[in-house]
Amino acid sequence: MEILLAFLIGGLYAAGFYLVLGRSIGKLIVGLVLLGQAANLLIFTAGGLTRAHPPIVPEGALEAQPPFADPIPQALILTAIVIGFGVLAFALVLVDRTFQRVGTYDTDDMTSTDA
Amino acid sequence: MKSLLVMPIVLPLAAAALCYLAWPWRRVQRLVGLLGAIGLFAAGWALLAVVWTKGIQSVQIGGWPAPYGITLVADLLSALMVALTGSMGLAVMVFSLFSMDPGRESHGYYPLFHILLMGVSGAFLTGDIFNLYVWFEVLLIASFVLMSLGGERAQIEGGLKYVTLNLVSSALFLAAVGILYGEAGTLNMADLAVTLRGSGQTGLVDTLAMLFLVAFGIKAAIFPLFFWLPASYHTPPPAVSAIFAGLLTKVGVYALIRVFTMLFVGDTGYTHAWILWAAGLTMVVGILGAVVQEDVRRLLSFNIVSHIGYMIMGLGLFSPLGLAGSITYIVHHIIVITNLFLISGLILRLRGSYRLAGLGGLYAARPLLAFLFMIPALSLAGIPPLSGFFPKLALVKAGLEGGQYWLVAAALAVGLLTLYSVIKIWNEAFWKADPGTREGPLHEQTDAGTSGAPANRPLWGWFAPIGVLALVTVAIGLAAEPVFEVAARAAEQLLHPEGYIQAVLGGGT
Repeated sequence: MEILLAFLIGGLYAAGFYLVLGRSIGKLIVGLVLLGQAANLLIFTAGGLTRAHPPIVPEGALEAQPPFADPIPQALILTAIVIGFGVLAFALVLVDRTFQRVGTYDTDDMTSTDA
Repeated sequence: MKSLLVMPIVLPLAAAALCYLAWPWRRVQRLVGLLGAIGLFAAGWALLAVVWTKGIQSVQIGGWPAPYGITLVADLLSALMVALTGSMGLAVMVFSLFSMDPGRESHGYYPLFHILLMGVSGAFLTGDIFNLYVWFEVLLIASFVLMSLGGERAQIEGGLKYVTLNLVSSALFLAAVGILYGEAGTLNMADLAVTLRGSGQTGLVDTLAMLFLVAFGIKAAIFPLFFWLPASYHTPPPAVSAIFAGLLTKVGVYALIRVFTMLFVGDTGYTHAWILWAAGLTMVVGILGAVVQEDVRRLLSFNIVSHIGYMIMGLGLFSPLGLAGSITYIVHHIIVITNLFLISGLILRLRGSYRLAGLGGLYAARPLLAFLFMIPALSLAGIPPLSGFFPKLALVKAGLEGGQYWLVAAALAVGLLTLYSVIKIWNEAFWKADPGTREGPLHEQTDAGTSGAPANRPLWGWFAPIGVLALVTVAIGLAAEPVFEVAARAAEQLLHPEGYIQAVLGGGT
C-alpha cells in the first residue's frame, strides 16, 4: 500500500509541477491544487498507514493496544485541506480577475511587473 | 503573564473582527485600526520587557500539556520580533490613515492589515511547527488580498506571481512537516529538538533540512528563490509595500533561524554551508539587480533581497557573534526598509511617480524629506554611526573568525554597491533638477497604487511616521550597545536551546 501511495504521490508532484511550469494560468491553479493534495497524501503516508485499527481504547482496557492508526496526520491533513480550500477560492477569483484585467491566460504576456 | 503571550494574537484579531463589524463606517474602521495597532505595539514591548527580565515565557493553549497541545513560546528573539511587528504595524497604520485611498479603506484594508499582523505575530510566537504552517497561511492569505486589493493591472500581475510562488513554498513546507512528523513523531519544536538531537543526523534529516531551507527560502526571498519579490512588491499602494517589505520576508528569515538553530544542528558542516552559499549569492545577485533599476520601489525591492543575505549570513556562520549580528541586522533592516518604502510613498504623493527619470528637484523643494531620506538610506548602506553599521561590523568580524574570507569580501562589496544604489535615488530624485515633465506613459506603465491616493489629507501625517522611524534609526546607531546586548542574549538562547526546551516541556511558567 505504501509503495502504491508513493507512486501516486510522486505522480501528483510531477503533474503538479508540470502544470505550474506551463503558461496557462488556468492549469497553474490545477497544478497548485495537485501540489497541495500530494503534500496531504505525503503526510498521510509518512505518518504511517495502519489499516482497520481505529485509535480507540477497547472497553475495559486502560490504553489502546498497538497497532492502531495515528490520528494526528489525519488532523493535520484536515487542517491543510480546509486552508487549501480557502486559498483555492481566492486563487480562482484572482485568475478570473487576471483574465479580466490583462485579457489573457498566457503568463508570457504578464511580464510588465518583472524586473 | 500567560495572557500577555496571547495578546499579540488576540488584539489584532479583535481589531480585525471589529473592523469587519464596522464595515459600512470607514471612520470607525480607521479608529479601531489605529487602536488595535497601538494595542499590539504596547503588548509587543511589554512582552519583550517580561522576557528580558523573567526569561523565556510559554503558555500551553487549552491547558493541554506539551508536546500534545499547541504551545506559544516567547524567547528573546520571538519577543523582539513581536515588538518590532507592533512598532512597524503602528508606524504603517498611521501612514495608512493619511495615505490610503477611500476605495481600499472601504473594501477591507484595515481588517486585512490586522489579520496580517496577527499572522506575523502568531508565526513568531508559536512553538509548534504545524501551527507555524497555519500562521504562515493566515498571514499569506491576508497578504494575497492586500497585494491585489484595488485590482490594478500591475497589482493583479504581481499578485499572481506572489501567490503562486508562496503557495508552492507552502506545499513544500507542508510536505516537510509531514515527513518530519513521520520521522520524529512530534510537532512541538522543543520536543523535536530533543528527539532530533538524540537520533543523530541521518540522511532523511538532512533531506528534511533542505526541504525546510527551500520552503522558508522562498518566503525569505533568498537566492535563487527570490524572483517573486521584485516582481510584486512594487505594485501595491506604498503603505502595503512598506509593511510587506518590513515584516514578511523577515518571517521567513525568522523561521530559518528557528529551525536551523533548534532542529537541524547535527550536521552543520553540510546544512549551514548551504546557507552560507545562499547568503553570499543572495547579497551579490540582489544588489546587482538593485543598481540597474530605474524605479524607486523596484530598486528598494532588490535591496530587500540583497540584505536578506546578511541576515542569513550570521545563521550560516552559526557562532554567537554571527547570530547576534543577524538579529541586530533584522532589527535594523525592518525599521530602515519600512521607512524607505514609506518615503517612496511620499515621493509618489509629491511627484506622482516612482520613475527615477521623471523625478528630480526634491532636495530644493523638500529639504526636510531629503534629510529624512538620507538617514535610512545611509543606514541601509552601513554608514556609521547609523543603525546599519554595527550589525555589519559584527557579521564581518564573525565571518573573519569563521574563516569565510570570500563571504566577508562579498558583504563589504555589497555594502558599497548598496551605497551606490541609494545614492542613485538621491541623485535622480533629490539632487538633479526637476525635469518638469509630469508623467506621461511611464506612469501608466509601472506605477500602481497611485489611483485615488488622497491628496487632501495633511502632509504632516505622512511625515510623522517617517520622521519617527528615522529618529529610531539614529537612536539605534548611537545606542548600539543595548540593542546588541539584547541580540547577543537572544543568540545565546538560540545556541543553547535548553532554556527553551525547559520552558516548554518543563511545565512552563
